[in-house]
Amino acid sequence: MQNNVNITKNVAQYRQDFAIIANWVKFGTKVLDLGCGDGELLQFLQSSLEVKGYGVEKNDVNLLACIANSTNVIQMDLEDGLSGFEDQSFNTVILSQTLQAMHNTEEIVLEMLRVGKEIIVTFPNFGYWRNRMQITAGRMPVSKALPYQWYDTPNVHLCTINDFDEFCHHHNIEILERRVITDGKEVSFMPNLLGSLAMYRLKSKS
Amino acid sequence: MSENNSIGIVAPQTASFSEPLTLKSGAVLTQFDLVYETYGTLNADKSNAVLICHALSGTHHVAGKYSEQDKYPGWWDNLVGPNKPLDTNKFFVIGVNNLGGCHGSSGPVSINPATGKPWGSAFPIVTVEDWVNSQARLLDQLGITQLAAVIGGSLGGMQALQWTLAYPDRVRHALVIASAPNLTAQNMAFNEVARQAIITDPEFHGGDYYEHGVVPRRGLRIARMLGHITYLSDDAMGEKFGRKLKDDIKYSFDVEFEMESYLRYQGDKFAGEFDANTYLRMTRALDYYDPALAYGGDLSKTLSQAKAKFLVLSFTSDWRFSPARSREIVKALLDNESTVSYAEVTAAHGHDAFLMPDEHYHAILRAYLSNIEVGGNHAE
Repeated sequence: MQNNVNITKNVAQYRQDFAIIANWVKFGTKVLDLGCGDGELLQFLQSSLEVKGYGVEKNDVNLLACIANSTNVIQMDLEDGLSGFEDQSFNTVILSQTLQAMHNTEEIVLEMLRVGKEIIVTFPNFGYWRNRMQITAGRMPVSKALPYQWYDTPNVHLCTINDFDEFCHHHNIEILERRVITDGKEVSFMPNLLGSLAMYRLKSKS
Repeated sequence: MSENNSIGIVAPQTASFSEPLTLKSGAVLTQFDLVYETYGTLNADKSNAVLICHALSGTHHVAGKYSEQDKYPGWWDNLVGPNKPLDTNKFFVIGVNNLGGCHGSSGPVSINPATGKPWGSAFPIVTVEDWVNSQARLLDQLGITQLAAVIGGSLGGMQALQWTLAYPDRVRHALVIASAPNLTAQNMAFNEVARQAIITDPEFHGGDYYEHGVVPRRGLRIARMLGHITYLSDDAMGEKFGRKLKDDIKYSFDVEFEMESYLRYQGDKFAGEFDANTYLRMTRALDYYDPALAYGGDLSKTLSQAKAKFLVLSFTSDWRFSPARSREIVKALLDNESTVSYAEVTAAHGHDAFLMPDEHYHAILRAYLSNIEVGGNHAE
């Protein structure tokens, strides 16, 4: 579709996962981006898909950047849940590369499913072969996707694609779509070994 | 020379209104005055006006000084001025003294045209709704159809909120700071103690103390001391005074601790310059404001009328207007898919934080206000 071609073209300068997210979000819908940073993804979705977007952010510097960018942002801590948001009040709730840094991992995914009709979760795949290599060599993985040392990492709940599939199964979550990418290219063969970033489109099984 | 970024020397103006104003109570003011100040220049299409609503003890004197010799500038001078967060190079800023006030607008101390004597107890009880209606009359007189923004903290934030409900087409942005959609029982309880201190002062004379040539200074002083306790956080008081002694312990009821000295000073200063009848009315306006009452307590339904874009802001250590109360406003706005941002500023100063020049707080206001679009043609 013309629409999608334009999005993919415009997104080249953005993070590799943005184009896929844009293809999962419908035009003119209501989107909540959790841990929205400086609002870059929301601005992209707003300009390309005219979504009604809100971000949630805890960090003061990011919050200020959102306000400077005229992006709706609500300052709150995701660890406390999403109590200010009504059930099923958003078409899509996004948690982009933040899952691994959450303490209340289980709770936030369930909260997202409560607030959003669909949710998008993306995370660095800990099962990626380069991570496994470093573990085999006896060291904690440090890479572009996981740029921290073991002692200063905010990532407390790293998981593999297989782990997350299992999590969804156990929590009665339907996987609508799963895309796996490495260096901007889609991976379909042995994704848990060859994929660096995992992206899921999910909803509650009813 | 005036200090850097100051608006400089300012002067108040008075607007008189001869068309009767029916108040929420049903009482009618047949005529009234509003005293106000403006800063900056109204642009050609009159699209750059920002109204500042004051809180309990505020006035129309928001920024600048009346003379070079003035010791203190207006109460929100750290926010308003050239190149300040509320930039008077861009905006035409209006500060107004509310009805019932004691700084020039019609109120208990002003002369009742029907009797030729001060209104005193006869001045009607005014509400947030009445203030906003009277402010709208002022805008009419200034030829301003729509505000670029309305901004207020605390009781002023309630007025900003009320603007979006009463005049949804006349305000593009509302900045609601350290405020609440109504007061909690505890918050109203502080107001009641403050009022009782005033009303039971033997020199109150039912509110008609002017004709007795006295003022209920003791009551007003205690009311203000109580207020000051609630405007600060426990931490801020601890940091500011702790258990510091004024001198050696004297085993007396004189000032022993620094904190007492501060409270007495603030109380005395306030009692010397503020009117007790005004204080009673301001606290009542706080108590009565509850826009959701007419909607069965449903704030979301209430705010469905609002068309403005919102910035809601609270301070972590503010326990008199806690972040939780601001989040109620935010939730109601989200329920209506309004354009809203919410900042919960980490600050130690309690409720008073909204008046402080905290760097992050002011950066947020600056960023938000600089994104407000106004017409380009500045008038001469």
